[in-house]
Amino acid sequence: MDLRAYVLRRLALTTLVLFGVLVVTFLLSHVIPADPIGAILGPQAPPELVEKLRREWGLDKPLHEQFIDYVCRAVRGDLGRSIRTNRPVLQDLLEFFPATLELATASLMLGVLVGVPLGTISALRRGSWIDHAARVFVTLGVSTPVFWLGLIMLMIFYYRLGWLPGPGRLDPYMTPPPRVTGLILLDSLLAGRLDAFYSALRHLAMPAAVLGWYAAAGIARITRSSVLEVMRREHVRTARAKGLLERIVVLRHILRNALMPIVTVIGTTYGGLLEGAVLTETIFAWPGLGRYSTGAFLYLDFMAVMGTTLFIAVIYSLVNLAVDLIYAYLDPRVRYG
Amino acid sequence: MEGARRTSIRGSLLMARLVLSSPTGFAGAVIVAGLLILSLIGPVLAPYDPYKQDMSERLMPPSWEHPFGTDQLGRDILSRVLYGCRISLSIALLVVAISATIGLLLGLVSGYFGGLVDEALMRVTDLFFAFPRLILAMAVAAALGPSIINTMLAIATVSWPVYARLVRACVLQVRNETYIEAARAIGAGHVRILFRHVLPMVVHVVLVQATLDLGSIILLAAGLSFIGLGAPPPTPEWGLMVSEGRLYIRSQWWVSTFPGLAIMISALGFNMLGDALRDAFDVRLGR
Repeated sequence: MDLRAYVLRRLALTTLVLFGVLVVTFLLSHVIPADPIGAILGPQAPPELVEKLRREWGLDKPLHEQFIDYVCRAVRGDLGRSIRTNRPVLQDLLEFFPATLELATASLMLGVLVGVPLGTISALRRGSWIDHAARVFVTLGVSTPVFWLGLIMLMIFYYRLGWLPGPGRLDPYMTPPPRVTGLILLDSLLAGRLDAFYSALRHLAMPAAVLGWYAAAGIARITRSSVLEVMRREHVRTARAKGLLERIVVLRHILRNALMPIVTVIGTTYGGLLEGAVLTETIFAWPGLGRYSTGAFLYLDFMAVMGTTLFIAVIYSLVNLAVDLIYAYLDPRVRYG
Repeated sequence: MEGARRTSIRGSLLMARLVLSSPTGFAGAVIVAGLLILSLIGPVLAPYDPYKQDMSERLMPPSWEHPFGTDQLGRDILSRVLYGCRISLSIALLVVAISATIGLLLGLVSGYFGGLVDEALMRVTDLFFAFPRLILAMAVAAALGPSIINTMLAIATVSWPVYARLVRACVLQVRNETYIEAARAIGAGHVRILFRHVLPMVVHVVLVQATLDLGSIILLAAGLSFIGLGAPPPTPEWGLMVSEGRLYIRSQWWVSTFPGLAIMISALGFNMLGDALRDAFDVRLGR
């Protein structure tokens, strides 16, 4: 199978999964809740309003017709209207997504920058103090609830020490740079606003550190075991035997071969970061998807809850697709296997 | 038969020794044992009624009368943390028992029989892996409404596919071994082969995954409660308690800190024990 055939097959699979995702969100929004309208309007709603809304949303039609409607609307990008913001859900999602993207990307970068070297060193120096320290770092990282860690850091570094700014993406008195991408760091650079860039960076530091630790822990763990496994292989022994510099053995012969599982874990970590964002955004008053969706739940804003679920599943599936394609590109065995 | 049982007991004892001989395994085992004991006798140890409000005693800092302080309604935080142990542990244990059993059975069937059943089941698990776990659990919990039972249902719904995949992969490895063929040759039925000859080969993998999963489910359940999709107030659930203390973090740090520590220590215990088990069995887990 050549690369193109592989890509096509993988794309077909993703389409299938996305269709399945639509089935799941449909079931969760139309079938399981006993009374979606009641959940939205509350128990005291006048019956004629309930009836009107039922007809408007097509809830009086048979289930399969409802499903077809749902799929057609979702494909067109119509995820319904939020009762809280009274705007189309998709418009809300696109407005809130960049903040989450910025946070998740910064955390992932931190995670890779810390996790890959840490995992590599602790594998190369197996059993040393640095390996033990790395294990503690990893185990604590995957065991600490991110929402709690965020609170504790806020208490220490903002309220007690005052080293870092508090909740929000920018200092409160600062006018934000004109919105181009929605990523404040990028927008402020585009507008040449270094003051806004600096402020945004300082605001990003704490939430990104909280989620970055979680990301680094997972990445370090997989890197360590992957490097350990490659180190045992014979080509590494040969490379050493012919007297190559240790640096070259590590970079070219070990890390290069250990890269596969690391790429995979970076992809799955991204999903974990989306979850982490949901849990930490409220604490840091970070105007992203997480804060939007938790707020939507508390207002029983059902369309918004399901829209966010769908949106995140689509993003996550696309990230997984990207990881698999990178994987196939890096390792010919995947596409020929 | 008797001999086989004796060796398996001896094997388990050996394993236990191997796990306990590593520092992390030992620490993990101690924490987990402590949690189990606390969840049994915690209510006896608790100095106060975890639901009893006393507005004259609200937001008191840690002291001899209230070692962990009191919360915004004057409830004793130590007592609430002790009661919460039982809640978190029973959620985690029940969810893991349910999802591991479902995943184990489906994985066995899927790997052993292969074909269309296998294909269909694997596509279903693909679907579950298309959602980050918490997000799907949130959506299920939102559809069902907040309560402890629904939290468990939501988490179990998103947790079984990992087990199904893992077990299936193991079954594929042993399916064509000679001893299975031999068993078939003497005329053993599918059920007998599956449960007497295949199951013992995958149990340890499930055990390791389940132990690690207990840690992540405690975090997941606490997270759901934290955002208001889990246990409703006034339940002394750890995640909910952290959330309730959020408003007071500036000066009354103890309200959120102690329940959060409890979550962290529990997850830490299961993760350390799981890691040690994994090393002892030399199991490779992948998601």
